[in-house]
Amino acid sequence: MTDLTDAISGEKSQIEQFAEREYRYGFVSDIEADVVPRGLNEDIIRLISSKKDEPEWLLEWRLQAYRAWTTMTMPEWQMFHLDPIDFQDMIYYAAPKTKPKLESMDEVDPEMREMFDKLGISLAEQKRLSGVAVDAVVDSASVATTFRKQLAEVGVIFCSFSAAVRDHPDLVRRYLGSVVPFRDNFFSALNSAVFSDGSFCFIPKGVKCPMELSTYFRMNQADTGQFERTLIVAEEGASVSYLEGCTAPKRDNNQLHAAVVEILALDGADVKYSTVQNWYPGDAQGKGGIHNFVTKRGKAMENAKISWTQVETGSAITWKYPSVILQGDNSVGEFYSVALTTHYQVADTGTKMTHIGKNTSSTIVSKGIATHVAQNVYRGLVKVLRSAEGARNFTQCDSLLIGDSCGAHTLPYIEVKNSSAQVEHEAYTSKIGEDQLFYCRQRGISEEDAVSMIVHGFCRDVFKELPMEYVVEARNLLNMKLEGSIG
Amino acid sequence: MTALLEIEGLTASVEGKQILRGLDLELPVGEVHAIMGPNGAGKSTLANVLAGRDGYEVAGSVRLAGADLLEMSPEERAIAGVFLAFQYPVEIPGVGNSYFLRTALNAIRKARGETPLDAIDFMAYTKARMALVEMDPSFLGRSVNEGFSGGERKRNEILQMAILEPRLAILDETDSGLDIDALRIVAQGANSLRRDDRSMLVITHHQRLLDELVPDVVHVLAEGRIVKSGGPELAVALEESGYGILELEGSR
Repeated sequence: MTDLTDAISGEKSQIEQFAEREYRYGFVSDIEADVVPRGLNEDIIRLISSKKDEPEWLLEWRLQAYRAWTTMTMPEWQMFHLDPIDFQDMIYYAAPKTKPKLESMDEVDPEMREMFDKLGISLAEQKRLSGVAVDAVVDSASVATTFRKQLAEVGVIFCSFSAAVRDHPDLVRRYLGSVVPFRDNFFSALNSAVFSDGSFCFIPKGVKCPMELSTYFRMNQADTGQFERTLIVAEEGASVSYLEGCTAPKRDNNQLHAAVVEILALDGADVKYSTVQNWYPGDAQGKGGIHNFVTKRGKAMENAKISWTQVETGSAITWKYPSVILQGDNSVGEFYSVALTTHYQVADTGTKMTHIGKNTSSTIVSKGIATHVAQNVYRGLVKVLRSAEGARNFTQCDSLLIGDSCGAHTLPYIEVKNSSAQVEHEAYTSKIGEDQLFYCRQRGISEEDAVSMIVHGFCRDVFKELPMEYVVEARNLLNMKLEGSIG
Repeated sequence: MTALLEIEGLTASVEGKQILRGLDLELPVGEVHAIMGPNGAGKSTLANVLAGRDGYEVAGSVRLAGADLLEMSPEERAIAGVFLAFQYPVEIPGVGNSYFLRTALNAIRKARGETPLDAIDFMAYTKARMALVEMDPSFLGRSVNEGFSGGERKRNEILQMAILEPRLAILDETDSGLDIDALRIVAQGANSLRRDDRSMLVITHHQRLLDELVPDVVHVLAEGRIVKSGGPELAVALEESGYGILELEGSR
């Protein structure tokens, strides 16, 4: 490994250049925003709620969540250092001032359009050839949702969370908090109190959603937290594939992103949720970057299937465990994850699979890659309750280390209360071997291409789970991040 | 008779331990030379040093067609035409064999100013070469060396040699760990790749490989240098009498 470590320690300046180049989405757009005063109290929550013209029941729910939150404390079991967060020094609501009319994309603020063009996301429906419907969320507000009309024809509702509260209040009221109650944890309580926007997606009984749905999250304002909420409901026999992407400007301070994603898959439904997360990771010295503390959970009823696929390359700290409650008999839960951490990044991620129904099965494939001084933690819980006759789980979590100063940690928890369950766990940690690198180089492949090839090979089992449209994006993202990891 | 490879006074040590102690060797264009010698003589070190592996302190001179080989990185040497058939080919999980081979071939073609081959051209290019080592096409879809038997790994090495078309092929104990049939396939495959403009350095312990791949010259490497050179009959003599005869000769 001497070769790589020498390269890493010996060519700092080159790495710095790469690091500079690494994050292409670090620009700030000059978009006027409507912000609420700094700090958090019941009045702020009332203000947020009134700005959004919310019904009384929702305000009440927010206040309950807030009161619950005030009795809770920050978790301390995580495997990284976290400076105390001053929750009174944060801005909880920032929305772009110019409100676009959702009926026509032509009316989207030109500044906003330009920003999304820079990000490579086209909001112009006629330009979208790939047939992916996009909901674009900037700071706290959804600014555009494409393809709404076409989706509505088959009964699919795909809109911003605020629009859902306005247009489909009964559905929101029925399902909000049904999978992640606000009391669930510190950050879910905080999110429930102050969440601003996000996406809502409803697939009615028997409908196979005709296109990929996608939400694109962008943090633009300084000192704001982003607290979005995504709720996906797939009725009996429905199916949908959903993708979220995220970027943020480069800033010196840490910004908090505490989202909640709830998925409910009713009997026989199939929901696939993919994430390509590229929040600003901080600079090469560990300054700045997003704290990505997200609660994601799905509940699968009889014969339903929920699949999480995540490619996590951004954020200073990624801390989340997309989980599945396997409530119904024969339900299936899957978690496929690639987490790449470079420089001072930390990922403490994994999943929880809770087997309740009979013959439920879950699959966990986690691939962690660490370079520089980054730390990568897989933390997972497989819980088989007494009722889960015939439950099966397969877990594979592998770590790949590049260089000598990074770390990989695997913390699997297994709780089995039914003796008929079969639980398998495989794990290995390897360093990108000198042997592998030399083998590639002896065949004429450059060191950088060789590292990229080995890492992509390592991630292949996860990438093949991504929707076709995003495989290329995920690969490019990984390459971009890896550019700086060797000299 | 022009030399492709000229080695003069080559020394190499690992962590202070000297392995090659002033090795001289000249390998003419188009010839096959065998390197034999007892365990620990430095045979694999020689192969690794020529291919540019890290971890050795190297001195002396090695020229490939006049160019200073020791100055080049491993990938530059590959592009210059050096190919090493590894004694222990590594696994690269998740990387498809055909993808790996095509990437390697195209890296070399690009550096030589040739157009890269697309997936379809590559298949055509590869198909005939696979027949040389009796390989099934399904093999291209598997990950590099993952789950390969010892024989498959060695055949894969010869296949790569056929694909990359080197000027200098170094076979590092390609016959080790092979059964009779696999040995025949590998030896015949390598022999069929002999060309007037290609030289081979065949490192082996056994005569069997050399029955198929008949060398022009046999060198005996012991204690870090070439102690004896001769024709193919030298390999036969060594097979019969062992390396003990060397010490006898040396002590005379």
